Amino acid sequence: MNHQNDDDKIRQLLKQNIRPVSQALERDLWPHMLRRLEERPAAVPWFDWALAAVVVLSIILVPSTIPMLLYHL
Amino acid sequence: MEQPSELLERFARGDLDAFESLFRQFQGDVFRWIVRIVRERGAAEDLTIETFWRIHRAHARFDPERNFAAWARRIATNTALDYLKVARREVELPEDLPDLRSSALGDPGVQRDVRERVSKAFGELPAKLRVTATLALIEEEPYQEIADALGISVGAVKLRVFRAVRLLRKQLKQLGVEP
Repeated sequence: MNHQNDDDKIRQLLKQNIRPVSQALERDLWPHMLRRLEERPAAVPWFDWALAAVVVLSIILVPSTIPMLLYHL
Repeated sequence: MEQPSELLERFARGDLDAFESLFRQFQGDVFRWIVRIVRERGAAEDLTIETFWRIHRAHARFDPERNFAAWARRIATNTALDYLKVARREVELPEDLPDLRSSALGDPGVQRDVRERVSKAFGELPAKLRVTATLALIEEEPYQEIADALGISVGAVKLRVFRAVRLLRKQLKQLGVEP
């Protein structure tokens, strides 16, 4: 009961003193989104980097794998 | 007209046109949700774009059988939360604060003073409590919706509201405001 009163008083105080904001979106954000998509190309997933590292290491450590890798390209 | 499930399947495959359709359809909803949390229109526009950027990056993980609006709202809530964690609002107050409990609260100057103190106390809440308190106490969203948006249980929402109220009461007392 006491908690409910506390909640109500704080709720009332917040509603009176935290100013309301207009919630309508007044412009189309798609042009900004497009710019963002062009600015930051999608990040390369970590497993692609891991795969590249495995390929490079295998070329360095076991050069005989080069013909096999070329065959699979 | 395209069926929503087809649109969602195309989006999940990384089709940019499908992403644009979803963006145009949901940008208003995402903006409204975010602006209610962060209470700044400029920041909310930037965060709407950041939300859709995260949505775009996560397209391959999206299950077209799921509800896109609920998924987008969850990502929007996390984006707003990340913003609030780094952008704590600073409201400067004088050192010697008079106690407002006995002051004339009808005075516009005093009202402004109370508003600043309440804003300061609210802005100092930890981001997770602030988001929950904003949605529960100011926006009066149902607890279940808040729980879904935050990815926590209704019980956890109630606990966060309780902790936010207790902290607010303590901070307001320190600032000379008795609710």
